[in-house]
Amino acid sequence: MRIELVKRKEHSELMSLMSPLIAVGLTALSAAIIFAISGVNPALGLYKFFIEPLTEQWSLEATIEKATPLILIGCGLAVCYLSNNWNIGAEGQFVVGAMFGSILPVMFPSFENSLTLPLMLISGVIGGALWAMIPALLKTRFNTNEILTSLMLVYVAGLLLDYLVRGPWRDPDGFNFPESRIFSDAATLPDVFGGMMSLATPITIIIALVLALVLAKTIKGFEIRVMGESPRAGSFAGFSAKRLTIFSFALAGGLAGLAGTMVVSGSLNQLLPSISPGYGFTAIIVAFLGRLNPIGIIIAGFVLALSYIGGEGVQSGLGVSNKIASVIQGLLLFYVLACDTLILYRIRMVSRRAANPAGEVSHV
Amino acid sequence: MFEAVLLTVITAATPLLIAAIGELVVERSGVLNLGVEGMMIMGAVIGFAIANQTGSGTLGVIGAIAAGMAMSALFGFLVLVLVANQVATGLALTILGLGLSGMIGEAYIGVPGLRIPELYIPILSDIPFIGPVFFQQDAIVYIGFALIIGVAYFLFRTRAGLILRSVGDNHGSAHALGYSVLKIRFMAVLFGGACAGLAGAYMSLAYTPQWVENMTAGRGWIALALVVFASWLPFRVIIGAYLFGAVSVLNLHAQAIGLGVPSQFLSSLPYLATIGVLVLISANRRLTLVNTPACLGKPFVPDR
Repeated sequence: MRIELVKRKEHSELMSLMSPLIAVGLTALSAAIIFAISGVNPALGLYKFFIEPLTEQWSLEATIEKATPLILIGCGLAVCYLSNNWNIGAEGQFVVGAMFGSILPVMFPSFENSLTLPLMLISGVIGGALWAMIPALLKTRFNTNEILTSLMLVYVAGLLLDYLVRGPWRDPDGFNFPESRIFSDAATLPDVFGGMMSLATPITIIIALVLALVLAKTIKGFEIRVMGESPRAGSFAGFSAKRLTIFSFALAGGLAGLAGTMVVSGSLNQLLPSISPGYGFTAIIVAFLGRLNPIGIIIAGFVLALSYIGGEGVQSGLGVSNKIASVIQGLLLFYVLACDTLILYRIRMVSRRAANPAGEVSHV
Repeated sequence: MFEAVLLTVITAATPLLIAAIGELVVERSGVLNLGVEGMMIMGAVIGFAIANQTGSGTLGVIGAIAAGMAMSALFGFLVLVLVANQVATGLALTILGLGLSGMIGEAYIGVPGLRIPELYIPILSDIPFIGPVFFQQDAIVYIGFALIIGVAYFLFRTRAGLILRSVGDNHGSAHALGYSVLKIRFMAVLFGGACAGLAGAYMSLAYTPQWVENMTAGRGWIALALVVFASWLPFRVIIGAYLFGAVSVLNLHAQAIGLGVPSQFLSSLPYLATIGVLVLISANRRLTLVNTPACLGKPFVPDR
């Protein structure tokens, strides 16, 4: 027996929709097996992990809170990946964005008026975009591999934040704890919809919808997709790969920076040595699970946010390590990538000696 | 003092060297496996767990190698059989490895570890200065050097090595000549996994004999950069690994001296150095074009 791939004549529309669903199904099945190995009733484990967070007000709110940065970062990354720019340093862009966004409330705490928040959000965007410019410019100028440089900058960003909150930005009245001063009310993102979510969530959804429109209906969206699929064809159309690299990195970095500022301003209310449970990396999974499509990413963001809350749930309720959340996230990405094969190929199991039917081009 | 510094450089360089030489073979076959960090951390946790359970460092190292190979087999299945995107699959491998190792390792946090013993090479280890530095190391340090020499010989002096390089440089022609591109690539991927697993075992059984979550701290990624630094030539991996080993221990020694620089800046040096080196190497178009495997990262789907 061996597995043989048969190339489809065209992309399977059905499979484009089905593959993320199959991947989620397979992930749930694997999660059940992991629960069984850990000595927990698999049905109970799955319920606690995937369903229970949706049944209570507080956990639903927590899921929305975690989904928001994932969606925002995932949208930016989707533009990068669609155009073949492998930015995997969103975690660093998120952190630097949060630092830039915090300049005003930390260094000028007396600047309290209606301009405070907009200025913070803009600085966050600028910070994230600037950090993302480093790998982008190194790629366009020196042809340096952006995967490695963007990732290395994640570590540098984390150390920079650590330095700031332990050093110059430490709260003067904070009893030497490594944290910045608490933001004033003017620097805090307000809650909306009766406290269900912070303003960050509607902002994020609007940005995702606008981006969906841009990708589907505008020439810029066309440029992004063409340059990803066939840079040569794109260059004949007059599109510049270098300009697009700069554009997609700036967009992804800007959105990650915005997400960072909104998390700090809306949820944490101060800078801490660690401000992200790996949002920038989880957003990579969100982008792929959402098929690099902003609408899909909104849904995928909620699915992965669930895994954070579900992980806490099984830890406190069933005594299973909350690390199971990152295992499930990793498995999910594997299954998504494996299932995407179904879009371009049909899979057939053949025995060694079976002949290929005439007229079909088959591939292993 | 100098002797002590050199010793720490060797221990810091060894995991980088081993992981990088494995990835070098993988990339020479035309596959880009970005999951080195994930395979390495799995090697570290499995090696620690097995050594802890059995009391045998050797069994721990073997287990770590097996863990790295198992992870790489998963990667190989996805990118070679299912032609999944290599960059994304490598990332998935790293995310999965970090999560899985965290879950497995939870029981071992704070548990005292076991250090694999040093081997004293008779006579040579008695030479002053050179002896203690080069001939009183643990077995994995020697294995690292043996791997470099072995891989260099294999790639450039044997027929099998030539075939592997041809698969990486032009998979279409290699396939037309009757070589099984996917089988050769799968073997290379498994070798890379074994090396990453061994490098991980060195982290948790020799470098710092304990389990700490996320203890590889980006070394898998630095190993990937080292392959570029070495421009896919085995002996240059040694230079790169020792350079990076030196940069990464700078922090410890600078703190010991009492330099007034915040520790975070010194800790970020290896990452900044990686970026700097990548820029220098990639700016040199001739060097990179000559040695980069032409089919690196490109999927291969044979037609028949």
